[in-house]
Amino acid sequence: MAAINRDDVAHLARLAHIEMSAEELDRMAGELAVIVDSVKSVSEAAGDDVPATSHPIPLTNVFREDVVGHTFTAEQALSGAPDSDENRFKVPAILDEA
Amino acid sequence: MTDTNELIRLSAAQLAAKLAAREVTSVEVTQAYLDRIAAVDGGERGVNAFLHVNTEEALAVAAEVDAIRAAGGAAAEELHELAGVPIAVKDLIVTIGQPTTAGSRILEGWHSPYDATVVKRLRAAKMPILGKTNLDEFAMGSSTEHSAYGPTRNPWDLDRIPGGSGGGSAAAVAAFEAPLALGTDTGGSIRQPGAVTGTVGVKPTYGGVSRYGAIAMASSLDQIGPVSRTVLDSALLHQVIGGHDPFDSTSLPDPLADLVAAARVGNVEGMRIGIIKELHGEGYQAGVENRFNESLELLKQAGADIVEVSCPNFQYALGAYYLIMPSEASSNLAKFDGVRYGLRVLPEDGPMTIERVMGATRAAGFGDEVKRRIILGTYALSAGYYDAYYGSAQKVRTLVQRDFEAAFAQADVLISPTAPTTAFKLGEKLNDPLAMYLNDVATIPANLAGVPGLTLPGGLADEDGLPVGIQLLAPAREDARLYRVGAVLESLLEAQWGGPLLDQAPPLVETLVDAKEAK
Repeated sequence: MAAINRDDVAHLARLAHIEMSAEELDRMAGELAVIVDSVKSVSEAAGDDVPATSHPIPLTNVFREDVVGHTFTAEQALSGAPDSDENRFKVPAILDEA
Repeated sequence: MTDTNELIRLSAAQLAAKLAAREVTSVEVTQAYLDRIAAVDGGERGVNAFLHVNTEEALAVAAEVDAIRAAGGAAAEELHELAGVPIAVKDLIVTIGQPTTAGSRILEGWHSPYDATVVKRLRAAKMPILGKTNLDEFAMGSSTEHSAYGPTRNPWDLDRIPGGSGGGSAAAVAAFEAPLALGTDTGGSIRQPGAVTGTVGVKPTYGGVSRYGAIAMASSLDQIGPVSRTVLDSALLHQVIGGHDPFDSTSLPDPLADLVAAARVGNVEGMRIGIIKELHGEGYQAGVENRFNESLELLKQAGADIVEVSCPNFQYALGAYYLIMPSEASSNLAKFDGVRYGLRVLPEDGPMTIERVMGATRAAGFGDEVKRRIILGTYALSAGYYDAYYGSAQKVRTLVQRDFEAAFAQADVLISPTAPTTAFKLGEKLNDPLAMYLNDVATIPANLAGVPGLTLPGGLADEDGLPVGIQLLAPAREDARLYRVGAVLESLLEAQWGGPLLDQAPPLVETLVDAKEAK
């Protein structure tokens, strides 16, 4: 497995929507390289015949009756929003060319 | 009326008995705890276990319980056993009427419009909620130093960490600021703080307690559980919060076993208790190892059959955990984007687009450890690396489960130290993430496999006089075994010590007064 470098961290930070300063990228790249190195043995632990486990105690087909249960009022749903207008979340421009 | 100082040192079970016998009122008990919080929690060298104290509501619930008891009749008869016994709630669990921060700036001042299922159950039992306890931001850490609101201090030594992420809940209980608390455990966040503060904590079987309303870090690992000073108290609280919840699709449909009865069985004769070869010895502090061996000896004397089991794949558990947990966390934390709740930060210059607002908000709102884990998780899940990292880690999870299955074929309960060391100094490991992660080496396998685990105090380490935790593990859905063995070991140890281990902790009020006078 390849080591993680500063360019990787910059790319990942963009994907994860976290702005990072040059200093932060340098530090994070160093710390993550150590962590990634320490976990790489995991890829050698199991053979192809071992199935993956995504949940410790899998439950299948957890259904309920299709009836309306508890729902929030618009007021409750918006109560923690940084900005709202006309019963909706209000955000800055979604497209760059605004 | 009982002396206040005596009241706060009673166990929840003892308090419940006194309340039922009307020897004391819930208002007196609740006020005694609120007074204790005021005396030891604040200030520069205070414990800082609480992020919010819920004075008014707690006293109102206490007064309601007292009025029902005073009136007598059917309503008094129907009161829950723990009615009027106060409790603290980890601030990762949402509550109506109190802020929920998850220890993060990104949720500062946020109020949930709903209660977590476990909180609803506390309210139904009429347990006064004293407040919300401190934690590492979004439960990411082993020291509570990653809280955006300052670290919690260990009541045994105020210069040391109380463990994490649930250091606030464990310290509150250890400092007699609450008789009970709720915690959450993703890789050890209930058990490791329990170990280093000399308290009891239980991570139930995955799905045994509803996670609805616990702000998710890693959904396939997270579990809410009880924090207390005695094994019986954890069983009592587990019984309140456990059982099926239709609001959590991973909640087990099984009926809850009688855990309180299990804590009262009182014998381990003929039980097979397995020492996990890989979870002691090298890498474990000598004092931890000594106390662990003493506990084994006591169990043996009580008639348990001590066997040794091997779980060879546990060596990969920590690595697998630090791929699975960040992967799930990076996805779960995507919702904190400055749109629906919490902080919104506008970029200082350039175009004001939603993408840039998200980037600035998450940069300002998240601390370093949260950012590290989000980046690591994004990496582990990215195209080209997914199979090698996340896929391999999920396979290790299968291997760890198989190790447990083989071990539980030879033993009814497994035993290990809970943490490799006693509490370290504040700041000691803050800039070394990997050293911090190693604290969870003994607790993580249970989360990967979904099996239940309990920690109880095993004594003080010879070299530093700090608490050591003993961990018990049982097969999934067999939480009752933990309470049975835990209660027996607790009584054997307390007979040696001549009382609870916390009786040996330094008196906090005097320590704090001394610190003030020294200035």
